[in-house]
Amino acid sequence: MALERSDVEKIAHLASLGLNDADLPQTTAALNRILGLVDQMQAVNTDGIEPLAHPLEASQRLRADVVTERNHREAYQSIAPAVENGLYLVPKVID
Amino acid sequence: MHQLTLAEIARGLADKKFSSEELTKTLLARIAALDPKVNSFISLTEELALSQAKAADARRANGENGALLGAPIAHKDLFCTQGIRTSCGSKMLDNFKAPYDATVVSRLAAAGAVTLGKTNMDEFAMGSANESSYYGAVKNPWNLEHVPGGSSGGSAAAVAARFLPAATATDTGGSIRQPAAFTNLTGLKPTYGRVSRWGMIAYASSLDQGGPLARTAEDCAILLQGMAGFDKQDSTSIDEPVPDYSASLNTSLKGLRIGVPKEYFSAGLDPRIAELVHNSIKELEKLGAVIKEISLPNNQHAIPAYYVIAPAEASSNLSRFDGVRFGYRCENPKDLTDLYKRSRGEGFGAEVQRRIMVGAYALSAGYYDAYYLKAQKIRRLIKNDFMAAFEEVDVILGPTTPNPAWKIGAKTGDPIAEYLEDLYTITANLAGLPGLSMPAGFVDGLPVGVQLLAPYFQEGRLLNVAHQYQLNTDWHTRTPTGF
Amino acid sequence: MQWEVVIGLEIHTQLATQSKIFSGSATTFGSEPNTQASLVDLGMPGVLPVLNEEAVRMAVMFGLAIDAEIGQHNVFARKNYFYPDLPKGYQISQMELPIVGKGYLDIPLEDGTIKRVGVTRAHLEEDAGKSLHEEFPGATGIDLNRAGTPLLEIVSEPDMRSAKEAVAYVKTIHALVRYLGICDGNMAEGSLRCDCNVSIRPKGQVEFGTRCEIKNVNSFRFIEKAINTEVRRQIELIEDGGKVIQQTRLYDPNKDETRAMRSKEEANDYRYFPDPDLLPVVIEDSFLNEVRATLPELPQQKRERFQAQFGLSVYDASVLASSREQANYFEKVLSIAGDAKLAANWVMVELGSLLNKQGLEIDEAPVSAEQLGGMLLRIKDNTISGKIAKTVFEAMAAGEGSADEIIEKRGLKQVTDSGAISAVLDEMLAANAEQVEQYRAADEAKRGKMFGFFVGQAMKASKGKANPQQVNELLKSKLEG
Repeated sequence: MALERSDVEKIAHLASLGLNDADLPQTTAALNRILGLVDQMQAVNTDGIEPLAHPLEASQRLRADVVTERNHREAYQSIAPAVENGLYLVPKVID
Repeated sequence: MHQLTLAEIARGLADKKFSSEELTKTLLARIAALDPKVNSFISLTEELALSQAKAADARRANGENGALLGAPIAHKDLFCTQGIRTSCGSKMLDNFKAPYDATVVSRLAAAGAVTLGKTNMDEFAMGSANESSYYGAVKNPWNLEHVPGGSSGGSAAAVAARFLPAATATDTGGSIRQPAAFTNLTGLKPTYGRVSRWGMIAYASSLDQGGPLARTAEDCAILLQGMAGFDKQDSTSIDEPVPDYSASLNTSLKGLRIGVPKEYFSAGLDPRIAELVHNSIKELEKLGAVIKEISLPNNQHAIPAYYVIAPAEASSNLSRFDGVRFGYRCENPKDLTDLYKRSRGEGFGAEVQRRIMVGAYALSAGYYDAYYLKAQKIRRLIKNDFMAAFEEVDVILGPTTPNPAWKIGAKTGDPIAEYLEDLYTITANLAGLPGLSMPAGFVDGLPVGVQLLAPYFQEGRLLNVAHQYQLNTDWHTRTPTGF
Repeated sequence: MQWEVVIGLEIHTQLATQSKIFSGSATTFGSEPNTQASLVDLGMPGVLPVLNEEAVRMAVMFGLAIDAEIGQHNVFARKNYFYPDLPKGYQISQMELPIVGKGYLDIPLEDGTIKRVGVTRAHLEEDAGKSLHEEFPGATGIDLNRAGTPLLEIVSEPDMRSAKEAVAYVKTIHALVRYLGICDGNMAEGSLRCDCNVSIRPKGQVEFGTRCEIKNVNSFRFIEKAINTEVRRQIELIEDGGKVIQQTRLYDPNKDETRAMRSKEEANDYRYFPDPDLLPVVIEDSFLNEVRATLPELPQQKRERFQAQFGLSVYDASVLASSREQANYFEKVLSIAGDAKLAANWVMVELGSLLNKQGLEIDEAPVSAEQLGGMLLRIKDNTISGKIAKTVFEAMAAGEGSADEIIEKRGLKQVTDSGAISAVLDEMLAANAEQVEQYRAADEAKRGKMFGFFVGQAMKASKGKANPQQVNELLKSKLEG
């Protein structure tokens, strides 16, 4: 099933990517070629096969509940695009 | 001095034939003179390098020793380096001075390695040609019109051009092994979990693994020794002791069972490369190895599965680049959505955006089972193939790539053509296995690599086979003209 | 049309760990903005999460307490969406395999009955930061101190049928998590937050109506008001021929109305998938047993024990068991005084209203359990009457010492000598001769009320110290005689 331009716009919105209108046809074509390659998977019989999320199939290690971090706000905010009074600033958010 | 390997440098420093400071200055001068032709570095860290070199010399003067003490290296520019730009080859992080060191960086620094700079790479490690970098394409020292491979193309080109003996790199679908093959180097992707991912900017978390790029297996052993080991800050790091990799290099190959998958020699493979692979097999047979044909029946399904799993993880991993806390932020965003869409639309290059979209699509409602889960099932089939094969053989051998390095621009605009070049390398990432590429000859003056795969945690075995091979061949000693 | 209300709740409880769920940052409330935001909490490139053992232990405790199946192989997943207080662009949560599976809670209702409410699941996740909208013109400030605080999200079945039941359920959860010591329950600070899923359907209909989710209602009172308001809105909407649209809404307590959230207008596609930075959490039987051994007696068990052992009503037992501190206080009083009904009444009524008036918690009570128990003993042995006891109680609250000391110092000891009481009564009756005449002339029906007058006068004359029972008996014989 090939993606339409509108599908690509939807996906771009989901991924918060601002696409140029001019690039849309090319992007749509490229995505369709990639999905065409990916769709070859559908021919593989995977009945009864458990998905593998992690190669080693180990289990999660747990950390002791200890505070190990100190305040580095100044250093961390020195690389931020916009801060004021210790807060990161973004355009007004409306709930 | 620029021809010295890590092992030779360690001996030279121990014997006081030269100091780390002299060596560092020599190499920095060489990079300044020649790198404009190659574009292998995004940032040079001269000041840091000289202070580290002096400190290493002082430690040696105090009687300290160590294979990496005073050894010049460089880091792929996705390893975070505190206070130093860590760009990931992207406009998105052009202004990003990492506020901390990656575990790999701090371990190597503690071992006394000298960081000359940060190497160029495909943007966010997405690519096999190093053409997608915001800092421009990297050129292959063996032929400046050709790509060096990717995504660790900068690390590979820098080592191949004799700017330094070794560099760190990462491999998500072949990004260490493929550039190693394209530039006549030895490169090792360790077992998933062997090298800490803390501070290594993620492309696809369940596939990414850091490892060494160097000219020889012996040097890979030295650099890997400094990189590997358990890290409590990485939940996927494996708490297993790290063996002495250099100690295993000289084990005899007598009786070693080498499996050669018949699926590797299909239509897609350049017959000249096939011939070089067969030559390497003969060489190893001479050293006592026993060759066995094996089958990896699901090998061909790896590319489609990989191009679902890697983009799916990437689409999520790259969501943090939103112009709020670090990195690129668009000019005058008119609202929050605009801030996100323009910062990301302007900050990411085309290939990164494509992969993010493929990943978002594969995970979206209604497609998750058909794409993501299906790919994870194929992933298990691929792992099962390897587990069965390793019941019969000790290592698996084949070509690293189906073709030698292509011309810069030859595959531009056709992502699929580039994806298909990953045919032999991505299975090791899907299964989490260690894999190594070593020089095995030339086609049209361009290097060709042979890939070795081994069971989990058998990096030592891979290095052993490659080292024995390199004791009896001289491909790895060849230097590109002009370097 | 008769409507039935259907309510399901999602309760977010902040777990009382020292450090965050995936980083070593402190979880202290109210610190300077972004001073408790580490590299991991900020979602810096290259950082990785490592799971806090205590968060796992607390989630397991909760699961055991509601008799739920524990997910011994549970998995963290990423919930992907963009929001400025969500630094990574995804929230680490649990989707398909949560740590706590199906369980239930028995909630005591005001009418003394018990209702069983199903808990669908409870899962671990990280909290988001806070968006501050007021501070800057045209901009929102982001504080990520809260980002990464461990949350246990408890999802109920749509089993509740009124706002009152919903509140009773939240109170039961609130009591339980505080009993377990896994959440401080401070709703004002957001330690326990509630999303209410509300729908209505015609009485008798099996299918559910379309529901609306009211986000982040953070007090018992507002939960009740928000639900009732939303129910009214839905009924009006449908009765006016409209249709309820599934949406996320906010409750505005000032206007007592709910409104649709703009930021949630578009349907989200969260693209959940297992977090590749974290491995499956495996909970061994030994760990389960270890946690089980540390479980305290739970509110429900305590309530049942109070009913069975002390013969208390469901209501009294559940009020007394509603917090560990209150239950401990009650049991201490009881162990001294030995009369459960009496102890229950005093703890719930007199102590309760005192604490309420002074705005104190029971562990700050100005009258200790020992003091109260000692006083109840004096009621039981007739040293003081219940009425005098109130005076003694107030004096204890004012710090005047033990009941015995106060009784002694103030001469409050009850008079039980029938001769002395008789003398007081004679004097009083003589002074009220007219009323005595009226009483004797009145019929049986009127006498009851008039008798009360004489009792009151008698108690007044004895300064409250005459034994009321004796007063009753003697008075009766004197008036009838």
